[in-house]
Amino acid sequence: MPDPDSRGRFGPYGGRFVPETLMSPLQDLEEAWTECRADPAFAKELDRYLKDYAGRPTPLYLAGNLSRRVGGRARVYLKREDLAHTGAHKINNTIGQALLARRMGKGRLIAETGAGQHGVATATVAALFGMRCAIYMGREDMRRQALNVYRMRLLGAEVVPVLAGSRTLKDAISEAMRDWVTTVRDTHNVRGSVLGAHPYPAMVRDFQSVIGREARRQILEAEGRLPDALVACVGGGSNSIGLFSAFLQDETVRMIGVEAGGAGIEPGKHAARFAGGSVGVLQGTRTFLLQDAGGNILPTASIAAGLDYAAVGPEHACLRDSGRAAYTHASDEEALRAFHVLAELEGIIPALESAHAVACVLRDGPAGGLGDLILLNLSGRGDKDVRQVAVREGTEVEGL
Amino acid sequence: MTSPRVRAGGRIAAAFAAARGAGRPALIPYVTAGDPDLAATRGILGALARGGADVLEIGVPFSDPIADGPINQRSAERALRNGVTLRDVLDLAAGLRQDGLPPIVLFTYYNPVHRMGIEPFARAAGEAGVDGVLVTDLPPEEAGDLGAALRATGIDLIFLVAPTSSRERVDRICHEGRGFLYFISRTGVTGVREDLPEGLPDQVRAVRQACRGRLPIAVGFGIGSRRQVEAVATFADGVVVGSALVRLIEELGPAPDRLGRIEAFCRALAGR
Repeated sequence: MPDPDSRGRFGPYGGRFVPETLMSPLQDLEEAWTECRADPAFAKELDRYLKDYAGRPTPLYLAGNLSRRVGGRARVYLKREDLAHTGAHKINNTIGQALLARRMGKGRLIAETGAGQHGVATATVAALFGMRCAIYMGREDMRRQALNVYRMRLLGAEVVPVLAGSRTLKDAISEAMRDWVTTVRDTHNVRGSVLGAHPYPAMVRDFQSVIGREARRQILEAEGRLPDALVACVGGGSNSIGLFSAFLQDETVRMIGVEAGGAGIEPGKHAARFAGGSVGVLQGTRTFLLQDAGGNILPTASIAAGLDYAAVGPEHACLRDSGRAAYTHASDEEALRAFHVLAELEGIIPALESAHAVACVLRDGPAGGLGDLILLNLSGRGDKDVRQVAVREGTEVEGL
Repeated sequence: MTSPRVRAGGRIAAAFAAARGAGRPALIPYVTAGDPDLAATRGILGALARGGADVLEIGVPFSDPIADGPINQRSAERALRNGVTLRDVLDLAAGLRQDGLPPIVLFTYYNPVHRMGIEPFARAAGEAGVDGVLVTDLPPEEAGDLGAALRATGIDLIFLVAPTSSRERVDRICHEGRGFLYFISRTGVTGVREDLPEGLPDQVRAVRQACRGRLPIAVGFGIGSRRQVEAVATFADGVVVGSALVRLIEELGPAPDRLGRIEAFCRALAGR
């Protein structure tokens, strides 16, 4: 897994674009992380929590019914991150960062959250390690994800409503950064994706790379060969980079990231940065983002709150330039259809984010160049989305 | 080493030197361009100059101002609703130079500059007569290209120093900064506070020692009263007043005596 250069650059992307107040703390964080990476005791402790607490390794499941629906000679495997504790891959990263924060002597965790999955995963580890915790969440997202707000409060976290800007994930990230600028001496900012200033993109990738290491071993055991394609959804891009990272040297394996196509590729209606974006600098990093001619950030839209963000992780921008990974998008409608298909065919309700990856496999399949042996990262479960889907489809559900 | 005071295009250094000569700190008010609208901003900056401003700091509105508190956030939102872009702010700066106003520092986030392109921005800023540029989210590690392009047009790239900055960082910033050093008075975002942080005088003195007089030091973040200005004057060369002024502009709205009130506010800060 190639590391970024000493300035945190993946090719021309990444870096560290933050106010001076955060520069020394980011250097301290990088130092602590570099130490932990090389420390077998840290790895051992992390492994123990991943196994005994988060439930790893997660299964790799051959989805026979889905494979038949996809057609041809397709064999579609699901990497079941939805079965990890708290219901998504996010816990892999928050356990790692909480252990790191504890080593650095920080007693308080803060995080941003969109759909609430990263917020729940952060609140969970804060409870586990006895740390104080504040989660920043856009007022609009709090309304859409009321259940996750309550989960975070049950776990002892303070959920802080963000009223600025569009009141969604982007504004929650800014507000968490403002908190961190103020409290940096005793607080660690737990970033939830491979975004932000160095070392976050590389560090979060490290903590998520367990997905790829397990999946590579599991598919070799099951099939005796490497997959033809990996497919994963891309918001910031942490579940996809976690999967991709173990296969970068396997040149025969295609890697496909699926962005949120929303209601269509027009300004303000989607979050497909590679389809409608250009290079810029947002919230600490240089990467592809959705912006207007004056360099202000455009609003985004997606049925999946976890993909609804204007920038993509810088390493993805680099993988796309080199051609090592390819990026496509699935629309809200395609994702919704896939959500139902997986529920009905496999008895698995996917997160709307992960449903974008399912939609890509259903749409493109072997005929669309994915090959026969497809490994799909099912990054989260869909319980959090059930209400939203029912409301959108006009389904009356008593008590919802 | 060349003194910043004699460097070509050093209107900012000259302004600090003049203030020092008069036995007072350089007063640097900040306003967001385009709040409440661009024409008003030009008038407001004229009023600030009459009120005793030594350097004018003009904020470029940005959609995601991570270093700013609620007052400046709201101000940027108002300016963006007016459709104000970096290009408009450069045009405004050109007009101000024609008005014969004090040196102008653009205070911006990096993405609008990046979007315009470093070379085109440096050229346009040079043509507009901008004296200095401060990019909130561009530390020296990332500022090499912009610094070089601005130097070629005689514009100072100004850096921030924070209470969290390590000694190594302070050394580097003193070496690479131009115009003046902007010392952030506290960890946190922009806003109005009553007091000054404990330990601030010692922190500023330590930076001054590290800098060995290479650059004047201005203190900002949370400063908005004459009392605070007087306190800062005992250990720094200049003082930046932002949110308190932006809040006044917000409160005044379209009041007919707006410019007079703003001039009086500035005059009070300057103690004249």
